[in-house]
Amino acid sequence: MSEQRRSNAIRLHRELHDIWKTGPGLQRLAAVNHNIIGKRFMVAAFVFFAIGGILSMLIRAQLATPNTAFVGPEIYNQIFTMHGTVMMFLFAIPMFEGMAIYFLPKLLGARDLAFPRLTALGFYCYIFGGSILIVAMLMGVAPDSGWFMYTPLSSSTYAPGINADVWLLGITFVEISAIAAAVEITVTILKMRAPGMSLNRMPIMGWYLLITAGMMLVGFPPLILGSILLELERAFDLPFFDPTRGGDSLLWQHLFWLFGHPEVYIIFLPAAGAISTIIPVFARKELMGYRAIVVAIIAVAFLSFGLWVHHMFTVGIPHLALAFFSAASALVAIPTAVQIFAWLATLAHGRPRMDVPMLYVFGFLFVFVLGGLTGVMLAMVPFNWQVHDSYFVVAHLHYVLVGGFIFPMLAAAYYWLPHVTGRLTMHRISVPAFWLIFVGFNMTFFMMHMTGLRGMPRRVHTYPAGVGWDWLNLLSSIGGFILTMGFALIVIDIVLQFRFGKPYRRNPWGARTLEWAQTTPPPAYNFASLPLVDRRADMLEPHEIGNELAAGKGYLGFTRHGWMETLGVDMTSGRPDQTIILPQTTYLPLWTALAIGAFVLCLLFKIYWWSLVPLGVTLVLCLCWTHATGLDHDHGDLEIGHGIAVPTHYEAEGAPSWWAMVFTLVCNGTLFASLIFAVFFLWLVAPGWPPTELVETGLLPPALAAITLLGAALTARMAVTANAQGGGASMLLLASAGAHVLATGLIAYLIATALPDPTSHAYAATAFFTLAYVAVHSALGLVFALFGVWRIAQGRVSARRSLDLRIGKLWHDYTALTGIFGIALVLIMPLIVSASGGGQ
Amino acid sequence: MAATAVLALPLAACSGPLSTLDPAGPAASNIAILWWIMFWGAAALFLLVGVLYALAFYRPQMLSRFSVGQWIVGGGLIMPTIVLTALVTAAFVLGERLIPKPMEDQPPRVYAMAHQWNWQFGYDDAEGQTLQLHIPAGAPVDVVVTTSDVIHSFWVPRLAGKVDAIPGHENVLRIEADRPGTYRGVCAEFCGDGHTRMRFAVIAHAPEDYEAARAAAIARSGR
Repeated sequence: MSEQRRSNAIRLHRELHDIWKTGPGLQRLAAVNHNIIGKRFMVAAFVFFAIGGILSMLIRAQLATPNTAFVGPEIYNQIFTMHGTVMMFLFAIPMFEGMAIYFLPKLLGARDLAFPRLTALGFYCYIFGGSILIVAMLMGVAPDSGWFMYTPLSSSTYAPGINADVWLLGITFVEISAIAAAVEITVTILKMRAPGMSLNRMPIMGWYLLITAGMMLVGFPPLILGSILLELERAFDLPFFDPTRGGDSLLWQHLFWLFGHPEVYIIFLPAAGAISTIIPVFARKELMGYRAIVVAIIAVAFLSFGLWVHHMFTVGIPHLALAFFSAASALVAIPTAVQIFAWLATLAHGRPRMDVPMLYVFGFLFVFVLGGLTGVMLAMVPFNWQVHDSYFVVAHLHYVLVGGFIFPMLAAAYYWLPHVTGRLTMHRISVPAFWLIFVGFNMTFFMMHMTGLRGMPRRVHTYPAGVGWDWLNLLSSIGGFILTMGFALIVIDIVLQFRFGKPYRRNPWGARTLEWAQTTPPPAYNFASLPLVDRRADMLEPHEIGNELAAGKGYLGFTRHGWMETLGVDMTSGRPDQTIILPQTTYLPLWTALAIGAFVLCLLFKIYWWSLVPLGVTLVLCLCWTHATGLDHDHGDLEIGHGIAVPTHYEAEGAPSWWAMVFTLVCNGTLFASLIFAVFFLWLVAPGWPPTELVETGLLPPALAAITLLGAALTARMAVTANAQGGGASMLLLASAGAHVLATGLIAYLIATALPDPTSHAYAATAFFTLAYVAVHSALGLVFALFGVWRIAQGRVSARRSLDLRIGKLWHDYTALTGIFGIALVLIMPLIVSASGGGQ
Repeated sequence: MAATAVLALPLAACSGPLSTLDPAGPAASNIAILWWIMFWGAAALFLLVGVLYALAFYRPQMLSRFSVGQWIVGGGLIMPTIVLTALVTAAFVLGERLIPKPMEDQPPRVYAMAHQWNWQFGYDDAEGQTLQLHIPAGAPVDVVVTTSDVIHSFWVPRLAGKVDAIPGHENVLRIEADRPGTYRGVCAEFCGDGHTRMRFAVIAHAPEDYEAARAAAIARSGR
């Protein structure tokens, strides 16, 4: 009996393996599986970490003694700019993304992420964008305006070279992968959990990643907008930030820190999630205060968007406004304290034991609490006036980022590496490596608090002797080299673990989450069948579940039609509501990323007309992606095991791709909101207002444009209804396409005739950008409408399979909404400006 | 003052020509007091977390009689709320005293114009400019800071906090030196290749010498 069961299990494994496998050799480039891409993300992020680390060693070598002539300011400025840029954008965010990509489906009990091809596209965008920066550095033209790129230092007047363009274009390219990951993580967590895993049963890491991904969706757009505006200023002289033409350098600071502060928590929260996962395992007690922690994470997310101004206490904002942001900044200490005390309570109520991950948890607590305390100090306005932009801030930010990210990530690495390697760590090297890192880190950065209090400003390439900074800097440099030795030992340790670590059977730490119910290293499909979760998912028995799932006793314990299937569930309750068919391996993500890369390079080398070619290729390739999606006939409800039948996601109400469009539009909407903020900020704050020339449109053309946009959305809506009732959708979609053509044309006409020269004043430049934004969205609306017609003609759409049309509907609605708002804004601004004394 | 001296004892070696902890004016002194209060408070809180962590590991029975709710409400909500409310209030009151509010006896205004990479200082009541800022000692002076090119930041750590020089904007910083002397300043905001060497000094004169010394400095820099 058990003999037969085993052979069944092995047959199931073979079938799944054949469907889910990635080919050898060059076919690896076609991989879309989260196991593979997740590991590639983490390895790449580690390589960038090493590059950033080498740069930091150069900084410490330069500053070890006063009046060093090791490098001059031209090189030093590139080094520290690249150190910050690499660590923030090419290490921290991608490392957390890689970890999420690899572990998330396992923690949730799914076979892959929602959009495997998007995972791969994100990876290639990250690698190509990062490579542009590194190649630029090797050629000596790296960005050199500091990692927050303040204008006007980064504007074409004061940074005429290619350096700043490398940052703006390269980082925006990398940002594509961050947005892709954010959409994917959000949808996966909300829709692809194991049956029965209601939201309040999610492993706590699920909550941390969900909130983090949500923050990315609304945190990154301000930076993306800022980068686009600054690149437009540099390339086409649109004066968004030029104070002589109605722009303002403070606009850049607001947009940057609107992103930059949430960014810090985007980095910290996943790491805190790792801490919240690891402590219960070693305390041998489930996480205490689960609900309080969830509330705390949500509170952090909200607060983090209300305290960006604490990076700008010295720019001349009224004190009363500063006091508000000061209080908000202090307030964020409360949810953080809630988490820390929940962790302490878990330890106190458990039977804690020490192991390497717990050493790093100790390191995290020590370093991060210190960083948090100096953070509260920095939130106090008068003290901030003194130490802002001094080495005190350098010390603080390294305490929170290294304490809040690197130490937890090392804890996570030691905790989860056995999952990746299938082998155990050897303590002989791990423990000394920890102490080198701990001592080295504190020695390097504790000194910097004092260097800063003694008046050393950041970003100076050298300093005079005898002002009290010499021995502090020397100690920092020595500490830095100790720290590096520690990291070198860790690399050796990991290599040795892969090669010589002792294999183990299952669940070496006695953890109680789903990822340890797998065989390790895990198969491409994660679980041979999917579990039913009947309690909080950090209190499971991985050993029992593992055997049952491997025997195919869970859901989807079979294969059909060669499909890669996993389950979709109701967002809150976790009741299965669809079976999701995932796409196979494909080179399309690679080609698409290459096309986007070619577009970025065209912009970088300022061959703007040529950039239209890769842009067109990208659009065509994106349409090719849809070839593998959709079904040519209705399948109805399909068995998933245990007597339950659900539709495929193409026939289900809330398919992952529908939700992905919703969240993409949330992200896009944040960009639009940032644009509105920019328009009003410039009017209220920038020097050089009011402008001499205002937009003069008359009422008719803009009103017509708004009406056609509305018409496009309404006809697309009617098409969805018609499709559900059995026909006539194509004609309505063609009408929608026609309306989009008309709207795009009308707006182009407005841009050409009614606008003052966009280079003359920031007012005209923002009006131009707003209208261009609407026109581009309407043009893409045309693509969506025609795509719907094409899919209907191909037979990929039926009354049940209406997903393509419903996704399109979201886009048309969004375009109409933002379009009408944008047009109204352009119409109303002249009235506002002239009412406040503008226009002659 | 005596309290500050006692608080400051353990780190007496805080002096230095650019040290914020070696204040020579009321603004910097007040901020230094704030720092020392926060330093000792932070040290106490850090010790508390450290002790709790050690107990959780080595004497868990001492701590496990507190329920989870007590831990989270006590340590996570009540304690930080009390500490932070007090601190934010104190910092706000201090900040209100430091900002350049209109006074009955309005302080003289001087003008700091930043360029890549030097400073030029001008005066309301005198023609010409100087390369170091000259002020009378013992009385507040409002420094109007701006820039002709990129962002810079005016920082004389022994006298007061810093304020940024932003193109198209004017920011005002109130400084005061207790005694005559030379107080070194730096540009605190990264401003390009010459950022490091963009240093300057504020020279405070006894009120009776001020006009003559400034006139001599203007004459010198005019040459």
